[in-house]
Amino acid sequence: MPPPAATVFDRSPAAPSGGAGPAPRLRAPRHRYSADRPRRSVLLTVLTGLVLLYSLVPLIWLVLGATKTQQGLSRSFGLWFDGDFALWDNIGQTFTYDDGVFTRWLLNTVLYVGLGAGGATVLAVLGGYALAKFDFPGRRAVFAVVIGAVAVPGTALAVPTFLMFSRMGLTNTPWAVIVPSLISPFGLYLMWVFATEAVPAELMEAARIDGAGEVRTFLTVALPLLAPGIVTVLLFTMVATWNNYFLPLVMLKDPDWYPLTLGLNSWNAQAATAGGEAVFHLVVTGSLITVLPLIAAFLLLQKYWRSGLAAGSVKE
Amino acid sequence: MTTLPSPAARPRPAPPPVRRSRRSWRGWGFLGPFVAVFALVFLAPIAYSVYLSLFRDRLIGGNTFVGLDNYRQALGDEQFWAALGRVSLFLAVQVPVMLGIALLVALALDSGRLYGRDFFRVSIFLPYAVPAVVATLMWGFMYGTRFGLVGDINDALGVSLPDPLSPDLVLASIGNIVTWEFVGYNMLIFYAALRVVPHSLYEAAQIDGAGQLRVITAVKLPAIRGALVIATIFSVIGSFQLFNEPSILQPLAPNAVTTDFTPNSYTYALSFNGQQHNYSATVAIVMGLITMVIAYVVQLRGMRKGV
Repeated sequence: MPPPAATVFDRSPAAPSGGAGPAPRLRAPRHRYSADRPRRSVLLTVLTGLVLLYSLVPLIWLVLGATKTQQGLSRSFGLWFDGDFALWDNIGQTFTYDDGVFTRWLLNTVLYVGLGAGGATVLAVLGGYALAKFDFPGRRAVFAVVIGAVAVPGTALAVPTFLMFSRMGLTNTPWAVIVPSLISPFGLYLMWVFATEAVPAELMEAARIDGAGEVRTFLTVALPLLAPGIVTVLLFTMVATWNNYFLPLVMLKDPDWYPLTLGLNSWNAQAATAGGEAVFHLVVTGSLITVLPLIAAFLLLQKYWRSGLAAGSVKE
Repeated sequence: MTTLPSPAARPRPAPPPVRRSRRSWRGWGFLGPFVAVFALVFLAPIAYSVYLSLFRDRLIGGNTFVGLDNYRQALGDEQFWAALGRVSLFLAVQVPVMLGIALLVALALDSGRLYGRDFFRVSIFLPYAVPAVVATLMWGFMYGTRFGLVGDINDALGVSLPDPLSPDLVLASIGNIVTWEFVGYNMLIFYAALRVVPHSLYEAAQIDGAGQLRVITAVKLPAIRGALVIATIFSVIGSFQLFNEPSILQPLAPNAVTTDFTPNSYTYALSFNGQQHNYSATVAIVMGLITMVIAYVVQLRGMRKGV
């Protein structure tokens, strides 16, 4: 999976929500097309609609699948309901099957996301602020090394990290998943770019002249200004940790410490093992429950990422 | 976003100009925690795997220094090259298709000619929030020729579509899953970049009599070159790291997906099934170097193209 978002806030002068430009403008009669007031096109909407269908059909399949019994899954058409509506039953079974291990996985995931993504955001905000607003020995070196590290494949690091952690006795504990999640080079980069523009040096100077220390200046002056950047970094580190599969797969043996992703995969795989019970209806229902919180977060926090997440190097 | 006046004109990839004349160690108080954890989870494992790659566990003599022998073995390792060939083929087909669709959708959104633009933008982006595990399980079920959607279509239309999980098609099927996951994400990057292009540029082009297609090729695409390069680099890195999707599909397609399907699967299998940690570290390093070289080449070529 590509590394989490190369994201930077868009400070474009154009209003992000409106199709119309900032000022009303006479249409040049010779041109059918105008950048400010284009004509809506049915054909283009239909063509883009194909991509929309492609994006949504699997999700619709998932929602419908969660309403079916195991027999229903195989006998009914994938994109319509089966005769038996088993959604509530499936949800109940998902949480109680195998002594409620799904609940345990859910809580593990919340723990990993809370400490991992939360910690990653804190480190990125502090570090980005330092890179943007202070000049200190080694600053350029840190910048070069961290940007270089973005190109190192994350999965290539997982095996050596496992070997190292196993010497330190950390494998098969939550720390083995949380500690590597604490670093988001891209979060650092985003916060650096964001802090450069969002926190004026004059305000910091003014706070210092008033006698505020560095910590106080950061908390009272910088932090409120950085809020939109912080939410964005948090959102994308959350997606990265909630969806993480390879790192926990390498680090964890004990199913009691599994996050949802590993747990679901083990339910799916158990049908293929000798004597394993097939629980595909629970895999489907559990998948839906796993997906919902992030989709909800993205929809609720739309205004933060919608108007302007762009690749960090877009503006040169 | 913020409307505060700012002394910095625009962010740029090089370190920003020094803003404070006094150099002091104070910034380290804020940057220190990041650097400490970074050293532990990035630098130390890299150093450790370089160290591991220079040794080998032998039945007689235990752990011995072997110089570059592991690297020599990797260069002549057919399994490794076959896996690399597979992800290279994947990269050559899947990345252009995915980025092409993402770019077309972004251009369509940016043209302002769509009905319900915001709905399109949010909906097409949603699969990004779906974990690779769930995406793969979902598509895996739908691929099924007996119970899945493919089976339904076969029954309904009386046709027999080829099995998407057969050895011939499984790579394409994985490509479809990855495309589904990341089209919206790349679309969002392109779209955000397009929004920043000044409208005066379009108007100037129109006054010169340029049609829409010409505006796209002559104005829009060069203006978002940075975003195109970044998205390409991320996709290259992602393709070379391919692991989750084939690994999760394996129980569904045991004959089509082998344990050395991709370089990453191979590294994983060497370490956890074969206990060949030293050799596994070597393969990971070789793969990391190849990835970095290709990412670098993409960057050089991308930046040279056009203007």
